[in-house]
Amino acid sequence: MIIEHLPALQVVLPLLAAPICFLIPNNRLAGLFSVLVTWVAFVISIALVMATQDGNELHYSFGGWEPPWGIEYTIDTLNSYVLLIVSGIAAVVFPYSMTSIKKEIPQSHHRLFFTSMLLCFAGLLGMTTTGDAFNLFVLLEISSLSSYTLISLGRDRRALTASFQYLIMGTIGATFILIGVGLLYALTGTLNMADLAMRISSIGESRTLQAAFTFLLVGFGLKLAMFPLHLWLPNAYAYAPSAVSAFIGATATKVAIYALLRFLFTIFGVEFSFEAMQVHWLLMPLAVMSIMFASIVAVFQDGIKKLLAYSSVAQIGYMLLGISLANATGLTATLLHLFNHALMKGGLFLILGAIAYTISSTRIDDVRGLGKAMPLTMAAFVVGALSLIGVPLTVGFISKWYLILATLEKGYWPLTVIILISSLIAVVYMWRVIEKAYFHPRPEGSPTASEAPMSLLLPAWLLISANVYFGINTDLSIGLASSAASMLMGGPN
Amino acid sequence: MGLMPDDLIVLALAIPLFTAAGVFLASSWPNLREGITLLGSVLLFFTVIALLPDVLAGERPSLQLAEILPGLNISFTIEPLGMLFATVAATLWPINSLYSFGYMRGNNEGNQTRFYLFFAIALSSVMGIAFAGNLITLFVFYELITLSTYPLVTHAGHAKARDAGRIYLGLLISTSIGLLLPAIIWVWYLTGTTDFVAGGILKDHINGPLLTLLAVMFIFGIGKAAVMPVHKWLPAAMVAPTPVSALLHAVAVVKAGVFSVVKVIAYIFGLEILKDAPGIDWLLGAACFTVVVASIVALQQDNLKRRLAYSTIGQLSYVVMGALILAPLSMVGAALHIVVHAFGKITLFFAAGAIYTASKKAEVSQLNGIAKRMPSTMAAFSIGALSMIALPPVAGFLSKWYLLLGASQEQQYMAMAVIVLSTLLTAGYFVPIIYAAYLKDEDAVQKRDHGEAPLLMVIALSFTACATVLLFFFPELPLALAQAVGVVTP
Repeated sequence: MIIEHLPALQVVLPLLAAPICFLIPNNRLAGLFSVLVTWVAFVISIALVMATQDGNELHYSFGGWEPPWGIEYTIDTLNSYVLLIVSGIAAVVFPYSMTSIKKEIPQSHHRLFFTSMLLCFAGLLGMTTTGDAFNLFVLLEISSLSSYTLISLGRDRRALTASFQYLIMGTIGATFILIGVGLLYALTGTLNMADLAMRISSIGESRTLQAAFTFLLVGFGLKLAMFPLHLWLPNAYAYAPSAVSAFIGATATKVAIYALLRFLFTIFGVEFSFEAMQVHWLLMPLAVMSIMFASIVAVFQDGIKKLLAYSSVAQIGYMLLGISLANATGLTATLLHLFNHALMKGGLFLILGAIAYTISSTRIDDVRGLGKAMPLTMAAFVVGALSLIGVPLTVGFISKWYLILATLEKGYWPLTVIILISSLIAVVYMWRVIEKAYFHPRPEGSPTASEAPMSLLLPAWLLISANVYFGINTDLSIGLASSAASMLMGGPN
Repeated sequence: MGLMPDDLIVLALAIPLFTAAGVFLASSWPNLREGITLLGSVLLFFTVIALLPDVLAGERPSLQLAEILPGLNISFTIEPLGMLFATVAATLWPINSLYSFGYMRGNNEGNQTRFYLFFAIALSSVMGIAFAGNLITLFVFYELITLSTYPLVTHAGHAKARDAGRIYLGLLISTSIGLLLPAIIWVWYLTGTTDFVAGGILKDHINGPLLTLLAVMFIFGIGKAAVMPVHKWLPAAMVAPTPVSALLHAVAVVKAGVFSVVKVIAYIFGLEILKDAPGIDWLLGAACFTVVVASIVALQQDNLKRRLAYSTIGQLSYVVMGALILAPLSMVGAALHIVVHAFGKITLFFAAGAIYTASKKAEVSQLNGIAKRMPSTMAAFSIGALSMIALPPVAGFLSKWYLLLGASQEQQYMAMAVIVLSTLLTAGYFVPIIYAAYLKDEDAVQKRDHGEAPLLMVIALSFTACATVLLFFFPELPLALAQAVGVVTP
């Protein structure tokens, strides 16, 4: 049966496709090939979601080496959900990138671009699928290295420093993760996640275990841009090519959050993470600070991409806040927001790409008058902005609703107030853009702008309408998120 | 025709949206575009009227569109108060459209397609809020009204309009997200539902100071009700073209606010439990304060539209006051006041816009002797003013009568005193205008030859003026609906 091999195919397919893509002599064919790969990967992830829907787990042992000796890929409700997010976004962004890179990346680099995108995609899928702690590190490096390449492809020369900054920070993060995994291996003699979980629960108090926990927390904190380890993110998102901002912005941090969840809940266990290590008292203040500071900083940005990047830091704060509440509703909110934030930020970054394609800029001052010149593009931006703010009938509202509910369940009403205040700040920073676009005339002497090509608008609108669709029809997202949350809260088994 | 009430609800929401789409498509043909607006508004009127018999017969047509979360639906239920509000809005839209055609063309305004487009969307949102079956639906359409009227407020596009737009949006969005939304979530958290149920849903779920806090969050969270200190957006929004001020700021937006307040008090809290809330009198006090202070501020305004704006703030708080007196009779008064104030105030705004279009005069001090040049307009203005002052035989008298009855029943002497005092103040800021217009001689310096405003505008304002008088003599329909509101809130 093919279904048995799907967990492996999900990762191996894009990984093998990457070098093949590089060998295809024609840029356009290479692009089409990579699009095809992402679409197949998307179909596979849908099949995996359906296969794990009723709580089943799929296991795949590479090379027939049984765990705990060989590398095992495990699919459960949680990671099939994350796979769906990652491959869904890829399936939209890859076709989009075929047009968007024409103006952003020199012809000679197009194949390199598609190859790196596929590698990054494979790395993210692998991190999500693998049941092996060391393998997770390897795949993390694959996705990270390719994303450094991708960011440096940006048209602005500052992309190079942004990429370098990310390289340094990302490498430090990866090293921390490696040290953490190494300590765990020294302590337990195993790298298989399920095996690790079992052995860790029987170890009592251990300095090594605590050190491993801390290293892993900081390492993933860096990768997921937890305040104050977020410094690499704004520049990386701002100067990368638009398709890369959209893809990485919508997926990379999500997968890092997933990995953090996997370690906190499955490997270390709720008891160790939240009772022995009291990790929520670390996460909560950091989450609150990222929500508040990043939102406020976003208000003062001149570039829309940077504005959205800071907003992403704030949104990551929401996800961490959900984790730190340590109840099922909070965790559901976090998982929901993985999905919802991917939709809103993916959509918004795609729109920015369409704007950049047309007027070669994404500065707030340069979008003046675009409301009239590019009505479809800017209308999509407004819908995306409403979703980011959290207006009902959009996905943003659903996430905030669950998060607020979780804070109320805990009785932490000051957190409720903080969530609401940050929503208001979101109104302020998104409205700066909208006001400029709709209520200012085009600046004198600026090139005439017209609607972006359909090949950019269509993917952007697809994600933006998903914001509305999943804001009304919440069965899928809430169903998956809540069953994954209850699985995590229920412990390793 | 075999249209069920369900279909009519959908139609009432969809007709304005289709009108908006039609307006957008017909943007290059102004006459066709205006024709579409008129057709849409008339169709909406008949759709809403077709719902009336069922609601009067005691039925409550309802419709569920989507279930977002368990217990959290987008659904509609028509009850008497919503019916009343929808009828008022649907009656005034066609008239306002006629007026708009005259005004927008008479003043050569730009961006007319955008204007009619968002106007229609705003009307759809008004229907949504009027028929909302629960708090979350109400909230959605409440926000939609804010967003769709924002381009109307900033229509002129200059820096002053943008600043006003920022105040408008800032205050309305921050109060609704900062106070109204958490209040709604709190209600859902307590009861697991946000449905509007006659007599309230909060009984046995909350009491004491927290109940008062929740009420405060609702009253001030519904910023459109303009209870001080959340009133600043209203005078700011007066930079909008007069038809916008007229329909949206005398009828749709502000009425959506007080309508929501009455609805929340009647259908979420219920009068009984609020009576026991500690310190609830202070909330009534805030409404009374607003009535008096807004009237005093109105006295000092020389700009006619600003004077009307402050008058609106005061009049809105009558409705809030009526709801907070917590007597069935004052509820009837509050519901009636939504109707009569709508007709009176729209007449006044129409007249102000007509004066501006014909003479470019916007200040009260410039109006000496204007009645000779614009007799119909000033006659209508006087009728509107009398309605605000609440003298018979004009409709304003009716609602104040019920408000006073309710207040005396509950022995709310403060409220009674405020009603009497503000009547005097209202007379104080309207009578001098009428006096100057009719009895003073025109200033020689400002002489400018003009007659009446364009015919369409005069027709519209005469119509609403007549309606204001007729409502006094034939109040059966609004009274029946208003009394039904009073009945369901024992």
